[in-house]
Amino acid sequence: MAEDIIRFRDDPPHEEPVVSVDAFLDQTNATAVRIEAGEDARLLVPYLDRLALIEIDFPRFRDGRGYSSARILREAGYKGEIRASGDVLVDQMLFMRRCGFDSFAPDAPIDRAVLDAALNRYDYVYQGAADDAVPVWKLRHG
Amino acid sequence: MYRYDHFDQAIVDARVDEFRDQTARRLAGAMTEDQFKPLRLKNGLYLQLHAYMLRVAIPYGTLNSRQMRMLGHIARKYDRGYGHFTTRQNIQYNWIKLQDAPDILADLATVEMHAIQTSGESIRNLSSDQYAGAAADEICDPRPWAELVRQATTFHPEFSYLPRKFKIAVTASPEDRVAIRLHDIGLRLVQNDAGELGFEVYIGGGMGRTPFVAPLIRPFLPADNLFSYIEAALRVWNRWARRDNIHKQRIKILVHDMGEEEFRRQVEEEWEAILPNASDVERKELERIAAHFAPPPFETGLSDEIDRSDPDFALWVDQNVAAHKAPGYAIVNISLKPVPGIPGDATADQIDLIADLAEQYSFDDLRTTHAQNLVLPHVRKADLYAVWQKLSAAGLAEPNLDLATDIIACPGLDYCSLANARSIPIAQKIQARFIERGNVNELGELKIKISGCINACGHHHAGHIGILGVDRKGTENYQLLLGGSGAEDASLAKITGPGFDEDGIVDAVEKTTDVYLRERREGERFLDTYRRIGVEPFKEVLYG
Repeated sequence: MAEDIIRFRDDPPHEEPVVSVDAFLDQTNATAVRIEAGEDARLLVPYLDRLALIEIDFPRFRDGRGYSSARILREAGYKGEIRASGDVLVDQMLFMRRCGFDSFAPDAPIDRAVLDAALNRYDYVYQGAADDAVPVWKLRHG
Repeated sequence: MYRYDHFDQAIVDARVDEFRDQTARRLAGAMTEDQFKPLRLKNGLYLQLHAYMLRVAIPYGTLNSRQMRMLGHIARKYDRGYGHFTTRQNIQYNWIKLQDAPDILADLATVEMHAIQTSGESIRNLSSDQYAGAAADEICDPRPWAELVRQATTFHPEFSYLPRKFKIAVTASPEDRVAIRLHDIGLRLVQNDAGELGFEVYIGGGMGRTPFVAPLIRPFLPADNLFSYIEAALRVWNRWARRDNIHKQRIKILVHDMGEEEFRRQVEEEWEAILPNASDVERKELERIAAHFAPPPFETGLSDEIDRSDPDFALWVDQNVAAHKAPGYAIVNISLKPVPGIPGDATADQIDLIADLAEQYSFDDLRTTHAQNLVLPHVRKADLYAVWQKLSAAGLAEPNLDLATDIIACPGLDYCSLANARSIPIAQKIQARFIERGNVNELGELKIKISGCINACGHHHAGHIGILGVDRKGTENYQLLLGGSGAEDASLAKITGPGFDEDGIVDAVEKTTDVYLRERREGERFLDTYRRIGVEPFKEVLYG
């Protein structure tokens, strides 16, 4: 449900339903696709310019494959929405944001105050990722 | 050694705040134990048999006296007056209360320490050579790269929910004191023909229930590309490792299942793909870090003479003191294997004393080793006698480095919720047996390693003699393994046959060493003799 989706984008939410990766590759006029854990995000790379929403599912919060999927899509230049769905918990969302996720459809509600604190807790990061944060080693050298 | 700047300090302080918040939410019931568990594990907090255990990171085994004193303070204030140095060069405390953990982290942060990623499915504290900066055989100090990797892997957003734990070791010496080929990634600094620095990259080693010696995946990786290559390997593993069976999820299983060739191809391909975005740290940052590891101001013109007139001192010098690259200096090993004692344990008072010695005699520099001992890396030979006297008075001068009584043992069933059998009492009984026989020195280098379950925290696969505790129909049973090595001649020990009970394993170890004494040739260590004659002569006396 759209009202349960936490978004960090200014454009209006995408309305079309997501299709599976297999269905998308068969019939590439869809504009929204869902990657299950274990599926190869690189299969979508040739079609990124026609996609508006890519949903990446987390079957269990400890299953971290989706972080790599999101980074691969951002590294390939994808600018559309990347949504984390499934077992998405507040303590994972900072890392997800850094990997390029910009919307969240968690199974269980998120406490927004806790989320805001988590996303703002670290002023510095040690490594570059899919976000704009500049790693401290670069800050050290101006 | 490395000192935090305000960036490092801000990150560690934020982590204390974050963990305080997470602990408060758990204690308030806003989080389930299932949800909290990976979070506390990423901060080194385990729930053990009797209490919480907190594992504190000692990055690449280097610390100063101020940090060491803080470890003593934590032992006194929050534990029962002692700490346990681990085979990962860390320290752990076995009697911690959950509600105290945030305060302990806050105390640690005041001395630039933390417990970040000391457990859980994360990139663990990286281990390195305890003789770094002092060893005569290193091509340069490996610790600047170790610190660079420490920073780059701390809170890595893509690699914080990995299939399993991930351990990296780095050395710059041909003599391997950190068991690089028994790590997920083992790195050895080398120079190519053009004189450029690079790494031999070994991937897919490990112990645990399915041990492997890591294959060489890349013979020469330019040193400037170290981190992007590690990221490529991590990404291949994170994407394609099994997630259906916790025992099959380490990178060693993927390398084995995929095959060395295919794994190498995929890592190289991934590396090519990410190089355009590479997060490799520029050399000026490496140089900034390296400046922290500049050699201390060694005095020149010192004598290499050591007065050996005290025989007990001379014995200790011969066994526990190693050659230093600077004339007039020596490397002092402090054995944490007193006879009898608990391998790796130190009391708060001992910790304080060692801190004092490091400050007074070793340029404020102190190391931990994967063999659960400590090192004063830079001691003037002229000071050795004074250092030895102070260590002796504190019960810290056991002259047994790498000998049969210098036994690695995991905490075992006395503390650990995973264990099937006790380890510490077995280590003590074996020590006592050799002391009774009086042949510890005659046996020479003999690495005995004991694990209380197949997870192999006591490194039994890498023991010249390894012992594995198992549960057989409700009673503790001990398997004997022979021929392992974690050194540059890495090999995995093999099980000799049926296991033994508690007293039987002690007899078996003794019989094994008798075969060695009977069969050895001039200059052979136990391991050399075993490799030459094979397991059969040992089986004959054990089961014949």
